[in-house]
Amino acid sequence: MPILAPIGRSTIAFFTVIGRVALFTLLSVSHCVRPPIFPRQIGRQMLEIGFYSLPVVGLTAIFTGMVLALQSFTGFSRFSAESAIPNIVVVSITRELGPVLAGLMVAGRVSAAIAAEIGTMRVTEQIDALTTLSTNPHKYLIAPRLIAGLLMLPLLVLVADIIGVLGGYLVSIFTLGFNPATYLKNTWDFMQPIDVISGLVKAAVFGFLLTLMGCYHGYNSRGGAQGVGQATTNAVVSASVLIFLSNYIVTTLFFAE
Amino acid sequence: MTSAAGYSVPKIQIRELRKAFGPKQVLDGVDLEIAAGESLVIIGGSGTGKSVLIKNIIGLIRPDSGSIMIDGRETTTMGAADREDIMHKFGMLFQGGALFDSLPVWQNVAFGLIQVQRMARAAARSRAIEILAQVGLPAEVADLSPAELSGGMQKRVSLARSIATQPEIMFFDEPTTGLDPIMGSVIDALIVKSVRELGATALSITHDMASARRIADHIAMIHGGKIVWSGPVSEIDHCDNPYVDQFINGRAEGPIQMQVKR
Ligand SMILES: Nc1ncnc2c1ncn2[C@@H]1O[C@H](COP(=O)(O)OP(=O)(O)O)[C@@H](O)[C@H]1O
Ligand SMILES: [Mg+2]
Repeated sequence: MPILAPIGRSTIAFFTVIGRVALFTLLSVSHCVRPPIFPRQIGRQMLEIGFYSLPVVGLTAIFTGMVLALQSFTGFSRFSAESAIPNIVVVSITRELGPVLAGLMVAGRVSAAIAAEIGTMRVTEQIDALTTLSTNPHKYLIAPRLIAGLLMLPLLVLVADIIGVLGGYLVSIFTLGFNPATYLKNTWDFMQPIDVISGLVKAAVFGFLLTLMGCYHGYNSRGGAQGVGQATTNAVVSASVLIFLSNYIVTTLFFAE
Repeated sequence: MTSAAGYSVPKIQIRELRKAFGPKQVLDGVDLEIAAGESLVIIGGSGTGKSVLIKNIIGLIRPDSGSIMIDGRETTTMGAADREDIMHKFGMLFQGGALFDSLPVWQNVAFGLIQVQRMARAAARSRAIEILAQVGLPAEVADLSPAELSGGMQKRVSLARSIATQPEIMFFDEPTTGLDPIMGSVIDALIVKSVRELGATALSITHDMASARRIADHIAMIHGGKIVWSGPVSEIDHCDNPYVDQFINGRAEGPIQMQVKR
């Protein structure tokens, strides 16, 4: 009995959290699709989530593309490196590394910022103040962030794809001494639409999840600065875990036999 | 709207309101009536549940049991749509100000005008500047962020925001706490003026007796989760209620025991 009780308790706690998140998600999504919408808020969040994440996503992508070319060259140099490297770079970047790394970087930036902002609004009663001003916080605060995340992450990943491939190209040409024309032709030949599309679908899913986690933890934060700090940490951790989990699920949906 | 003495339906009527947080019974059967056009002040010690009472009335907290009627309509069992209708009648000044720190001052004041009354932004801005002038703030503060203002100025911006939509019922949670006495009087005067000019019903919270005497038509005292006394402001000095007597004279000895040691 003393062994089973804590197991039962934590199981109940686990499903309680799942239920809460599910309810929160349903409520928020229903506010995304019902008028009134707040275009000004959506625009502001698109700028915040999309535009201001460009530097960090671009840097991540270019170094990832570069290291990818370098590493595969040491691994494949004895075989047909000339055609293998453009293939490896373009497939890895578009399918996996572009969306996942961009998702994780944006989770660190955006989920944390959202959780901190909404959490501070919660503990300073700004969310209550919104309600008394007849403005639904789900509609005004959360829906614009979810919409912006859903729309901006695919755009960011598209940019990451291009910059990542460019990184691989630069290393191959200037360090490994490849022929530029052949490299570009091989890249082009190996690039599959389904790889890019699956990557963009992943990006949209990640964008939704990472803004959702920021909103959920911020909205439910309690108890002053410490509570907001806790919410921020939880937002980033849960967003990252959900990115890996959903990455596996989306990959299975697209590529499983 | 009929006079406070009339037999009309009370603006706010609370019966047997109870609310606990965990084992802590904060409200333990509150009964309260506020007539239309009346200014009621609730007094009571810190942590006696004054803010919790207001939040129950507004609907930010769900009571455990009891009844809250606004204009004769029960609000505790209301659906979301009806609740939004009722919310349009309310204006609230939060204890901590609760200004939106991502928006400049004028957009804070104009928030209800723009988002709810759908006023054009340019018109809302000039209206906001008018209201800021009413609370004694110059037009220059309109474009500042709330964080750039002093505590007293934030309270006044908050007051401006809560009266901007000309609500029928206004709630002021400790509007003068933490301000110097002169600024306190200024805010009290602003509250009296706004309530009179708009013909609104007001419920204010304070533990500052000087402020209570300036704002109130009626005073109610909360202690131990209940209203222990209520009456016109003129009667408070000779009501021979031991709680009120101890509170307004600020005595350490009396029926109200501070839990200093545990
Ligand atoms: N959301 C909450 N969760 C738990 N306890 C609360 C909450 N809000 C208020 N309380 C508790 O209720 C009591 C009354 O609080 P409050 O109404 O803020 O007091 P005051 O009369 O000073 O405004 C306090 O002891 C406070 O700790
Ligand atoms: Mg209070």
